[in-house]
Amino acid sequence: MTVRSGSVGAMRHRFDDLRTLLARASPARSGDRLAGIAAASAEERVAAQMALADLPLRVFLDEAVIPYETDEITRIIVDTHDAAAFAPIAHLTVGGFREWLLAYETDGAALAAVAPGITPEMAAAVSKIMRLQDMVLVARKARAVARFRSTLGLPGRLASRLQPNHPTDDEKGIAAAIVDGLMYGCGDAVIGINPATDNLAQVTRLLEMLDGIIRAYEIPTQSCVLTHVTTALEAMRGGAPVDLVFQSIGGTEAVNRSFGVTAALLAEAHAAAASLGRGSVGDNVMYFETGQGSARSADGHHGVDQQTLEARAYGLARTFRPFLVNSVVGFIGPEYLNGREIIRAGIEDHFCGKLLGLPMGVDVCYTNHADADSDDVDVLLTLLGNAGVNFVMGVPGADDIMLNYQSTSFHDVLYLRQTQGLRPAPEFEAWLDRMRLFDGPLRLARADAGHALLGLARR
Amino acid sequence: MSASPAAPPSADPGPSALAPPDPWHTLGRFTPARIGLGRAGGSLPTRPALAFQLAHARARDAVQRALDTDALRRDLARLGPAVLEARSAAPDRAGFIARPDLGRALAPASAAALAAVPPPPAPFDAALVVADGLSARAAERHAAPLLAALLPRLDRAGWRLAPLVIVTQGRVAVADEIGAALGARMAVILLGERPGLSSPDSLGAYLTWAPRRGRTNAERNCISNIREPDGLGYAAAAHKLFHLMHEARRRGLSGVDLKEDAPALDPPPAARLDGAQ
Repeated sequence: MTVRSGSVGAMRHRFDDLRTLLARASPARSGDRLAGIAAASAEERVAAQMALADLPLRVFLDEAVIPYETDEITRIIVDTHDAAAFAPIAHLTVGGFREWLLAYETDGAALAAVAPGITPEMAAAVSKIMRLQDMVLVARKARAVARFRSTLGLPGRLASRLQPNHPTDDEKGIAAAIVDGLMYGCGDAVIGINPATDNLAQVTRLLEMLDGIIRAYEIPTQSCVLTHVTTALEAMRGGAPVDLVFQSIGGTEAVNRSFGVTAALLAEAHAAAASLGRGSVGDNVMYFETGQGSARSADGHHGVDQQTLEARAYGLARTFRPFLVNSVVGFIGPEYLNGREIIRAGIEDHFCGKLLGLPMGVDVCYTNHADADSDDVDVLLTLLGNAGVNFVMGVPGADDIMLNYQSTSFHDVLYLRQTQGLRPAPEFEAWLDRMRLFDGPLRLARADAGHALLGLARR
Repeated sequence: MSASPAAPPSADPGPSALAPPDPWHTLGRFTPARIGLGRAGGSLPTRPALAFQLAHARARDAVQRALDTDALRRDLARLGPAVLEARSAAPDRAGFIARPDLGRALAPASAAALAAVPPPPAPFDAALVVADGLSARAAERHAAPLLAALLPRLDRAGWRLAPLVIVTQGRVAVADEIGAALGARMAVILLGERPGLSSPDSLGAYLTWAPRRGRTNAERNCISNIREPDGLGYAAAAHKLFHLMHEARRRGLSGVDLKEDAPALDPPPAARLDGAQ
């Protein structure tokens, strides 16, 4: 471990190792304060950011924030690092890397080429010295296209997850919410249900219901029941129609253990879902959810700041070529992210994910014990639209009646389309036209009471 | 609605020509979700926009509310078991929200009091705990009716239960410390879940086999959204919980390796939205 220091005027600040430097340089987070690793003063934070800016990127290849020997995620990051892809930025410091990212010459192709050479810690480090506008600008250049039955991540496009949750998994209630979302033009990322309980019979029943709807109306989208990966594996063994395999993941071996997953288990599920061959335009089959603070919540943070650990979760995710990676940014609660911290965290997560080559979406959300409201949602959602986010959530009326939090609504998705000219995924857009649901690429048509989709709830 | 000329202008203008109702709004009878809200252009009409703000205001208030431990203690004692009270290490509501670690630990005085409970000749099969969590109202409304459905089944099956413990400013993992202190083979905690806009009083049940401090979430099983009439009913929740407890005891484990696969009871019909909608 190398001791580093930064001087600001007469003050000299000392940072004992890389993880301490990253933690002190990290923008204010209640979770880092809770862990006792945040900067003690505003000045110490900027001194750390200045020291970090002078750090050569190569240092991140030599010094791990969590030892290789004790952590599976570190081993994955080190073992999958692509030295050839890293070569064009190998001479840069973190500060120089920021300027390279912002340069006109660094376009989407250049970003995609270096992505396998960027480690999660490098992405986290550079984000700590970037303003929101820097991260929005760079993320907008970085495209991550993913395919299953629809194509997500193309320029000028925005997709949405239709999230028709019901507190008791009542099929008619779920179907009613699906009708609502489809009539509002949502659901091209996935129709994804969070089941009320992790019960194999129930999960299978919901998978069959979603598969039936997608087939009956020939909807170019995919389904997911967001159950534990072991339940998805059991469902697949039983012949259930699984499109995407879902799992929550984090940035350390310890937090993943607390979720009951390992890289080997994820690989098993990935192979099982891929072997079903259910995609029509692509074979990206994994759906990961993440969120800053999960490692601290599970006592598995090793003194590393929550934003760096979040980026490390993306290091695990990218080895599985996922279809969807979703930072559920405001779900964890005010002890980790409070009030306006949610806004910056959402932009950081989207930026770091895109920099690492991932098809990022963000669940722009807040809980009722956080100091946040729908105005904060609007700020982050608008920024993410500008940043080129692949997908956001569509929850009826923004009120998830099963998970008890507020996310973005179908109306919110329409707002973003209208204000930023963002069209649905191309396959889904063609379906919306065929179903006479859209009037032009950005506006809803006025639906009549005899529309075929309304029969869905009577099935 | 009064049609008197003296009445002030109505706050409820009814469906407007600028935001006609969605043709499928009648599907609202199948779900408490906010569907069929209509639209002005693509945006939310005024009435549902303000209804959302009202629900958020109520949910924010619900988070702050303190547990009425006297009333809860009376309700629980009526079911038969001995009832103890404890506090977490969180000093107050603000401290509880900002410091989850404190909500997971017992206050030293409570830890000492539970440690002083005379140990049984053989370990208890389970320690049942009720806590405020993030919604005191959920614990007040739903814990006693759920236990009224569960306790007779446990009794008939010969379960030996530790005294029931009420915890204030408690999070899920506080039950692990309680279960360990009472020498129970499993801990089951019923506590208020984070209030939702449409459900400020939802109860969750969490089960941990071999409880002790430091257990992770992967080592627990959960049943959520217990509340009548809109969520999982007491009989169905008790059925699931009894099945989970039975299987955890039989197999000596809990968590992701213990699947909740009780044969399903018929779920209650989804209720309609209340007037706030």
